[in-house]
Amino acid sequence: MDMSYSQTKKESATGFIKKLLFAAVILISFGSVTARGNTGVDTPPKAAWSFNGPFGVFKRDQLQRGFQVYKEVCAVCHGLDLVRYDKLAALGFSEAEIKAIAGAHDVPGPLNEDGEPTTVKATPGNAFANPYPNANAARAANNGAFPPDLSLMAKARAHGPDYIRALLTGYEAAPDDFGLMDGMYYNRYFSGNQIAMPPPLADNQVEYSDGTPATVEQMSNDVSAFLTWTAEPELEIRRNLGVKVMIFLSFFTLLMYCLMRRTWRKIKHSKK
Amino acid sequence: MSKNEQDLQPSQIAAAKEKGLKNWVEHRLPIFEFMNKELIEYKTPKNLNYFWNFGSLAGITLVVMILTGIFLAMQYTPHVNHAFESVERIMREVNFGWLLRYIHMNGATMFFILVYLHMFRGLYYGSYKAPRELLWIMGVVIFFLMMATAFMGYVLPWGQMSFWGATVITNFFTAFDINFALGDSVVSLKLGTGIMEWLLGGFSVDNPTLNRFFALHYLLPFAIVGIVILHLVALHQHGSNNPLGIDKKTEKDVVPFHPYYTYKDLFGLGTFLLVWAGFVFFAPNFFGEPDNYMPADPLVTPPHIVPEWYFLPFYAILRCVPDKLSGVLLMFSAVGILIAVPWLDKSSVRSAKFRPLYKKFFWLFIFSCLALGWVGSQPPEGIAMLIGRLTTVYYFGFFLLIMPLLGMIEKPLPLPNSIDEYEQNKCR
Repeated sequence: MDMSYSQTKKESATGFIKKLLFAAVILISFGSVTARGNTGVDTPPKAAWSFNGPFGVFKRDQLQRGFQVYKEVCAVCHGLDLVRYDKLAALGFSEAEIKAIAGAHDVPGPLNEDGEPTTVKATPGNAFANPYPNANAARAANNGAFPPDLSLMAKARAHGPDYIRALLTGYEAAPDDFGLMDGMYYNRYFSGNQIAMPPPLADNQVEYSDGTPATVEQMSNDVSAFLTWTAEPELEIRRNLGVKVMIFLSFFTLLMYCLMRRTWRKIKHSKK
Repeated sequence: MSKNEQDLQPSQIAAAKEKGLKNWVEHRLPIFEFMNKELIEYKTPKNLNYFWNFGSLAGITLVVMILTGIFLAMQYTPHVNHAFESVERIMREVNFGWLLRYIHMNGATMFFILVYLHMFRGLYYGSYKAPRELLWIMGVVIFFLMMATAFMGYVLPWGQMSFWGATVITNFFTAFDINFALGDSVVSLKLGTGIMEWLLGGFSVDNPTLNRFFALHYLLPFAIVGIVILHLVALHQHGSNNPLGIDKKTEKDVVPFHPYYTYKDLFGLGTFLLVWAGFVFFAPNFFGEPDNYMPADPLVTPPHIVPEWYFLPFYAILRCVPDKLSGVLLMFSAVGILIAVPWLDKSSVRSAKFRPLYKKFFWLFIFSCLALGWVGSQPPEGIAMLIGRLTTVYYFGFFLLIMPLLGMIEKPLPLPNSIDEYEQNKCR
């Protein structure tokens, strides 16, 4: 290798580094757009979710446990309007189980012959039954506070599942100088630190059928994973397809690169 | 054929010669010759670098956006009570609806990245200078239409940020209200409010707003296509500028577009699609705001209303002056000033490669644009406000002061005689 060759190589290497730095600056400046925390409120710690990273997947047993927590605890106040019962098949529930789960709920039916509203048993095709007939009833039952729908919660809050998990475990006694309002609770992770939702979880509040000890920590993890699934039911299919698309595009790009190089060689070598 | 050739009329002989469907069509509509001339033989400077990839990439992205958009529109409901739910229906029930929507959503971001790089390329290599002034101006018009389209598209999912973003931005127009004292009372000419209400179709962002934004979001991309075609006609009139900024002179300076730039563009396309797909499949909400996954609620204002990232520099310019009217005018000027660039730049040399001073100011300009983007994402106070003001002054100073002045005081480096000569010297 002669001197001039290595020289140009070195130059192109520094040029590449410059380009990389430029790309990094752009990415960081984009990143800063999204990386905004609430002031005065703790940032939720990152948990090691099974669905983290580009190849992460849900754990079916965790989703089932999370569903149990939702069904037995959260569903008392929170709806899941965007999810249908039959979607639970993705969690590993059988058709009969789903029918039983749906059948336990009453939903508004068609008007009867006298024009009166009726109530029917929910079928797998129904969306999760909402605990309240309307928003006013929800407020009236909750001291004026509205329990938000949980379908998209993992996407509608910064830090997603980490936030839900942190919120559920973030209840503590308010500092003495904190002016906590009546009927409110202190939470480290909630915006403004005052939340109307009482601490929803206590140890052994549910009894897991798989024998997992139902600690507050465990239940918070499980229900956060479940709500990630309700927010992004396509997550696994998306990543699976994504890997295939990336492999295809890599080959395509490499092929085009080789074609380009071969075509241009005639120009680059016809010097002089 | 039993007939002798002598029996045929001359026109019949000519018709018989052009056998085949291709010739039949070509005789009536010279489309193949056109494609051959503009896409295959089209003489292109042989020294274009990768920054010349972004134009074709933006064109392809526009097509992808229109196609995904048409299929999304088939499933979308532009009504305040159903819009949010219909988008979630696309995400959950429509086959590969999530893919369509994530491609479209991230496509807007990708489109702006491409177009910003395309514009910076033009600014660096002086691609706006004679005889390409109209080419540049049509580019600015496309950019402006893109911003309008993107803004209205962001309203359609009817999330919290959709609603409040629309409320804040349409409120800009109230800056044009005229208040003056008449004796003891203040007279107010609600000119701006009138414009705002006319745009909204009511007194606030509501169903009529959503309906018309949907109609316009569907319409404007086709207007963009029209101007893109004019942009291409103007481009092919004199051909691409190049990194040296000197005109092509001989056959040695150019290569036919195909296969040289078709393959280079396809390589660029592959690389670009890898980035786009990376976001679509593995971080689809990276550029989004979590708030937009909450349905719009006119009674609950989000604590921090921010526009999409690609508007942040302009948002920062808007907020850097305390007076609303000045802020709005300044923001629109920030885009409008680009139209004057071909005449503000007095230097006869196109490429920054041969303009040592301009090059420095150019990179400072890039830095100030990125800084403005950061400022736009911050609450308007403290150090962010100060940086926002300084960079706004530089943004306008770059165009209004530095560009004209440099033309007079800068001593450019000697230009090479030809593209070919320069390329050969580089290789030696």
